Amino acid sequence: METPKSAEVAHIGRSVFIKGELSGSEDLYVDGQVEGKIELKDNSLTVGPNGQLRANVNAKNVSVHGKLEGNVRASERIELTKSAVLIGDIFAQRIAIEDGAYFKGKVDIQREAPHSTPQPAAKSEPAGVSGNGPEQVKSTVTPPAATASSGAGPALGGGKTPVTELKKF
Amino acid sequence: MATHSFMRLFRGTPAEEGQGVRPPSQNKQRLTRRSSGMAELARILRSEETLCVLDIGSTSATNIRYLTDLGHKPYSEDLLDASTDPSLMVRDEQGQTALDSKRFLSENLIYPAAQFDVVMCWNLADYMDESLVKPVVARLWSALKPGGALLAFFHTQEAGVDAPCYRYHIVSPDTLEMQHIEARHDLRKGPASATQNATPAGFRLQRVFNNRHIENLFRDFSSIKFFLTRDNVREVLVVR
Repeated sequence: METPKSAEVAHIGRSVFIKGELSGSEDLYVDGQVEGKIELKDNSLTVGPNGQLRANVNAKNVSVHGKLEGNVRASERIELTKSAVLIGDIFAQRIAIEDGAYFKGKVDIQREAPHSTPQPAAKSEPAGVSGNGPEQVKSTVTPPAATASSGAGPALGGGKTPVTELKKF
Repeated sequence: MATHSFMRLFRGTPAEEGQGVRPPSQNKQRLTRRSSGMAELARILRSEETLCVLDIGSTSATNIRYLTDLGHKPYSEDLLDASTDPSLMVRDEQGQTALDSKRFLSENLIYPAAQFDVVMCWNLADYMDESLVKPVVARLWSALKPGGALLAFFHTQEAGVDAPCYRYHIVSPDTLEMQHIEARHDLRKGPASATQNATPAGFRLQRVFNNRHIENLFRDFSSIKFFLTRDNVREVLVVR
């Protein structure tokens, strides 16, 4: 993975170890080790391929290429790339998990709260409750590699599906 | 013990490890199969909202999407992968290498009693180290709510020793996509990840359960339903 070049992004290099609470109002790229808590709220966190975090994270977007142990709360999106190892619970509106990522924990999709346009009170729903109204936000979990080969293989199996023979011995 | 030796029927020796090597094209290919067991489970999943569902197969974004779209809370824990952590391998009293099942169970499947409505076990029991199978099923029984359902797949003997270990993706209520699982060499486990049941080419079938073994394995559950398929796999839906 390429290291971000933008001056807007704070870097924690691979030889750096931080223990404690990290908070800020700019995007953060961590390729080192952090133990404790990361609070970015309106900004994004990227865990680089060498990054090893043992921390609870609260950010707008979280992208994991390395290892993260802790609960992750993102107000928008969490992305686990194929090299990611995430052990902890995920709370986000959208998550994307690449084929090969390791994830151990719970996924809690936080439905977006309805916009505060003037509406009759009875029509509004709290975030996280699914419903049939037009405001409902569908969760999107996108397996980037999954679509390419989906359904490409021959059909196997039970029921009435035509059967292609498994390997004979 | 006769059962014990039967269970070891397909356990390989180090000399056989090379047999599991498959061409890369086969590893990447995905197959689809109809699943009556999954169809039955899908009826449960579609009948209620906000169920707690535990998937102990390999991480599948497709399954997480399927479950969250139905309003459920999915939990993911790749037990087979976790069981290949080299640090779990210890020397037993006879000096043989063995898996530290106590440590495995102290680090995995840690959930409050009666947490889950559904557990998707897939083909875990066929590929997991023998010392873990019964304790894991007992732990799953405890983690399931009374009335909760568990879906598991078991190979028949005809599947053969080289039956590949698949990750299952739910693509529709009665259709699964199967993707061959390759052993991981990631930063979670370090470079040497191969243990007795894993080779660089994937996981090896450890044993074959017959119907009686399966009934015995799930004897604490209140009901068990078998679904026969044409691809040498038995699908089993058990209810606590």
